[in-house]
Amino acid sequence: MLLSMSGIVKNFGGVPAVSNTTLELQAGEVHALIGQNGAGKSTLIKVLTGIYERDSGEVLFEDSPCNFQSPGEAQVGGIATIYQELNLVPLRSVTENVMMGYEPKRFGCFIDWNEAHKRTRDILARFDIDIDVTEQLGKFSTAIQQLVAIARAVSLEARLVIMDEPTSSLDASEIETLFGVVRDLRSSGVTVLYVSHFLEELYEICDRVTVMRDGQSVAVHEIQNKSKLELIGDMLGRDADEIEKEGMTQLGHGFVDTGELLLEAVNISTGQRLKNFNLSLHRGEIVGLGGLLGAGRTEAARALFGIDPLITGKLRVSNQDWTPLSPREAIEKGFAFLTEDRKVEGIIPDMSVRENLTLALLPVLSRGGQIDRAREKEIVQKYISDLGIKTAGMEQPIRELSGGNQQKVLLARWLITNPAILILDEPTRGVDVGAKREIQLIIRDLVEKGVGVILISSEFEEIVEGANRIIVLHEGESVTELTNPGITETALINALAHGHVGAA
Amino acid sequence: MKRSTFSLKRASKHGGLIALVILLLFNILVTPNFFQLQTLSVNISQVATIAIVAMGMTLVIATGGIDLSVGAVMALSGALAPLIFGSQFGIDYPVLGLIAALCIPMIVAMLCGWFNGAIVAYIGVQPIIATLILFISGRGIAQVLTNGNLQTFQNPAFSYLGTGKILGLPFQGWLALAIAAILALVISRTTFGRYLLAVGGNERAASLSGGPVRKVKIGAYIICSALAGLAGLIVVAINSASDAARNGELMELDAIAAAVVGGALLQGGRAPVFGAILGAVIIQLVKYTLLANGIEDEYALIAKALIILAAVYLQMGRRGKHA
Repeated sequence: MLLSMSGIVKNFGGVPAVSNTTLELQAGEVHALIGQNGAGKSTLIKVLTGIYERDSGEVLFEDSPCNFQSPGEAQVGGIATIYQELNLVPLRSVTENVMMGYEPKRFGCFIDWNEAHKRTRDILARFDIDIDVTEQLGKFSTAIQQLVAIARAVSLEARLVIMDEPTSSLDASEIETLFGVVRDLRSSGVTVLYVSHFLEELYEICDRVTVMRDGQSVAVHEIQNKSKLELIGDMLGRDADEIEKEGMTQLGHGFVDTGELLLEAVNISTGQRLKNFNLSLHRGEIVGLGGLLGAGRTEAARALFGIDPLITGKLRVSNQDWTPLSPREAIEKGFAFLTEDRKVEGIIPDMSVRENLTLALLPVLSRGGQIDRAREKEIVQKYISDLGIKTAGMEQPIRELSGGNQQKVLLARWLITNPAILILDEPTRGVDVGAKREIQLIIRDLVEKGVGVILISSEFEEIVEGANRIIVLHEGESVTELTNPGITETALINALAHGHVGAA
Repeated sequence: MKRSTFSLKRASKHGGLIALVILLLFNILVTPNFFQLQTLSVNISQVATIAIVAMGMTLVIATGGIDLSVGAVMALSGALAPLIFGSQFGIDYPVLGLIAALCIPMIVAMLCGWFNGAIVAYIGVQPIIATLILFISGRGIAQVLTNGNLQTFQNPAFSYLGTGKILGLPFQGWLALAIAAILALVISRTTFGRYLLAVGGNERAASLSGGPVRKVKIGAYIICSALAGLAGLIVVAINSASDAARNGELMELDAIAAAVVGGALLQGGRAPVFGAILGAVIIQLVKYTLLANGIEDEYALIAKALIILAAVYLQMGRRGKHA
């Protein structure tokens, strides 16, 4: 056993990010770590490499207890991490990057460059990389940079190499090179912990897999014995056989006939992450976007809202061609977009509830640039009581509110613009059960009033029960469409898994 | 850590006012002739230009930016005014000449602000670099315009900007207060003000909510430069002379210091304009206190640095969790 982590607990502000988690790695294996976003994978890795201090639990590395205080210490101890965003210096040479901190010295203070270049070439040669090591690292492809990072890790005699989403920015042939290196590492006895959202990759190079869900490790498998569907089931906490529970959300209330066509997207693309996406949306309809992480759901929403410019395809709003150029134009056209990341893209933390709530309505609320403060207060008061927002008053800074109440304020920000098309990206993530129920009721109410809703949710029951139709995305393309009534979670999971298989 | 953060938070809220009261009490007790109209006038006329520039700086800082070019813009507008009312046109039509001597430098200053803002907002250059361009070239242009000479003049109407009095106190002090009142209204009552704070508080959220992020940023830089241009005119009016090499020298640092002491957060999201005046007054009073008590200028600079240090330390408390 190379590494054994057991009973690991890490809380952030009282909220557990990881609780009672176990991870065991054999020497010389490639071990996958998978789970939905927020399952606790990166927290676990950061606990291991000393970025976070664990609250409790035990870590044994090479049979001795260890408690690294920083990534540097972990590296000296034999654990190297290759992050998603490479922690290299693109403007410096390859040699400097590989040798950083361990440069060969002459007379104890001058760097011996000839020796440094030679050592770097030797290290890279192990990975069949033949490049000019005196060039700036940034001039090479991401794949080469990634391999250089791995080479550096190995040269420091790492016994455990952690790779966090190493293939997310690589093309097919670069991925093959990377896999070759991973196999070489394994045969030379180095253990690799491989974090990835791309399940089919795991079958190519991994031996075992640990699945995390809601901050806990829930299963360890020999990967060859498990199907993708079973892995997805583990990640989502669903048994493929026993699903079909009714009434788990407030969204499903039977389906009324939908009204006229509001929005049509035909073969739109905005780059690698969204290519060939199709959608139609009617009045009074909820269209769900299904897909695993990275399938292009958020990218689709960004394209519709004018954030990412369209490269190909066209949009029709109320049967007229329209090219979205900015969120402002999209808002004027009747769009609203409740973003996924409340902190980064939603709230303005130091502003009051009132100022946050009316931000998107300012053009309407003002005359000649002057805000109609009486009307503003009236509207804010109405929505605070209508949505049951718990706040000490409309002047309270929004950062002091709970997550669920912040989310209600942001929802209100869009409701007051009276949108025709409402895009909701994970509207109930990170809010408590009560607020979740209330938010779902609000959405249901809007749909009955004729608003068209595009719903992105990782909570399957939300889109399975709520959506009239679900458009399933895979690698940025809409691949299937499911229609309610008749959608079950099994059907959706199958569609997701088959989308995966279909493209492999 | 948590407990000290909390008490710091409270100290930072009233720290500026407390410092001002201490300074005033100290001076009344120690400094000879402090409590006189003459002393007050001198201090007000000196602090007004810093305060006016610091308020513009506060708006730019509120967007998360910074403007290093204010001193150079002062030199530029200050150099232009005497050239205009001293020209043949200005002598033939003194009233029109005076109006032009006030308006044209302000328009040029606003163009400078537009230039700064456009580079920041459209090209995405970091504000400190973007405004470095005019910081370097603006004063150069001003010196070219005046052939590098000191330009003295006699123009009582224009000099009123720097030497006029209302109710016995300098005109520019009243002007600074009026500007503060207008800016405070703009920030609290207009969409521009709301977007300004939103852009500084969370640019992505502001943009996703339909906020005109670029226009707001450019607007902040234009206002900042316009106020710098005005300050440049005041300095020239006080001296009845324009010296392109000296006008507004090191003003960018004084203005940033006053804004920060006044409670502006360098990462944006706050625009305390009256705070900027308070900051300018505190810095001025410290300088005056030391000078009036026979302590040399060099020590005044060190004292100024200490004030800034204290203000930044208090801000760490204000930021709370991030500290």
